[in-house]
Amino acid sequence: MLDRIKSVAELTSYIRHLIEGDLSLQDVWVSGEVSNMTRARSGHWYFTLKDSDAQLRCVMWRSDAARQTSPIDNGDAIEVHGKIGLYEPRGEYQLYADAIRPVGVGDLYQQFERLKAKLAAEGLFDAERKREYPAFPHQIGVVTSPTAAAFQDILNVLKRRFPLAEVILSPTMVQGNDAPRQIVEAIGRLNAYTEVDLILVCRGGGSIEDLWAFNDEQVALAVAGSRIPVITGVGHETDFTIVDFVSDVRAPTPSAAAEQAVPNLADINAGLRLLTERLDGMMYDALLEREDKLNNVQRTLDYISPARTIANFRQRVDDLHGRVQRSQQDRLRRLRDRLDSKTAALEAASPQAILNRGYAIVTRSDDDRRIISELDATPGTGITIQLKDGELKARIEDKDAHEQYKRTLF
Amino acid sequence: MSNINELSFEDAFQELEKIVTKLESGELNLEDSVNLFERGRQLSARCQQILDGAELRVSQLTEDGGLDPMD
Repeated sequence: MLDRIKSVAELTSYIRHLIEGDLSLQDVWVSGEVSNMTRARSGHWYFTLKDSDAQLRCVMWRSDAARQTSPIDNGDAIEVHGKIGLYEPRGEYQLYADAIRPVGVGDLYQQFERLKAKLAAEGLFDAERKREYPAFPHQIGVVTSPTAAAFQDILNVLKRRFPLAEVILSPTMVQGNDAPRQIVEAIGRLNAYTEVDLILVCRGGGSIEDLWAFNDEQVALAVAGSRIPVITGVGHETDFTIVDFVSDVRAPTPSAAAEQAVPNLADINAGLRLLTERLDGMMYDALLEREDKLNNVQRTLDYISPARTIANFRQRVDDLHGRVQRSQQDRLRRLRDRLDSKTAALEAASPQAILNRGYAIVTRSDDDRRIISELDATPGTGITIQLKDGELKARIEDKDAHEQYKRTLF
Repeated sequence: MSNINELSFEDAFQELEKIVTKLESGELNLEDSVNLFERGRQLSARCQQILDGAELRVSQLTEDGGLDPMD
């Protein structure tokens, strides 16, 4: 390769490939002091990282520069992550930086990872430790700073979504050396004195140092040991702290934690409306169904009703009744006729009637016995002849002597 | 059954849900259905009343466990 004369470009390109082919140079942290800090109008950052013995040109493209949270300035001790490349027009190698952090923060990351591994090994992050909390919390404990914007964010969300709840703030500092102790106590007070349904442990966004209290082991243990379920909302979307791993629910921000904690009033209203509509619909259906059934039964009942049979029977009874009456009347008339004829016969047979027809009843005057046979009287017997209007008295004569009258007469 | 006007939102809402489920099972006689329905309407009204009147209450827990109302 080097056995013939090269152009500068060829040589530079060769060196660039050597550098960029070395993977240990493509993922490297470098620490040093910032100098020649230039923020170009394009948004790219150019600076030199130096220590007492050497210096390194650094460039950070706009896309990476925009993501940096800690401001850096000349003289700052920082740690820069990136890859070494070669800028051929100038023949300069430089660090293409993608992350910057203050010196010391690296230690924090190591602490973070150590604690995370330890607590994970103790099982504090296990999914089965995560607890449910009520869908409609009555009381919500909030562990945060009363003066922080995060607290107002939480209140705004709760007012809008679920004003039925009652908020109990357990105030604490959320950053500084005393913050871990205070947070532990604030969680402890809620557990000791209240019956809140859940606790929001919250802090707004900030640098890793600002959020550090939430990576404290004692704070993590307090969250893990809380009798009451805990939702954490610490920092911004991408920030993860140790308490996020031990809490029952991790929300990306304080507002999101408040949203997690409660149902939405609008949803509840819709749910209530839906329930009420179902209730009304059901009652309507139930009544309609009963009405249908009733109508059906009514129809069946009409169909099988004995009313017609009863009417038939009634008519037959009427007929029979008429026939009975008529036959009774006939019978009576016949009886009356017979009675009449018998009465007439009786009357016709009465002695008076016989007398009236010119017959007479003859009795012996001495003993009143009727004379029916010629043997009942002898000549000389006194007799009484009863006629229709009175009596004649006579005496029986001798037959022969009486014949004389006949002869004489005719 | 408890007095409707003393029920919390949650209790009223849950009872309402139960009543609707029970009615939907369709195993009740008409009189029971009507009674449940009336109770359901009252629960619904109670829930609405609580929602309409709801205002977030905020207080602060003191060192010794007391509660100070906050504005």
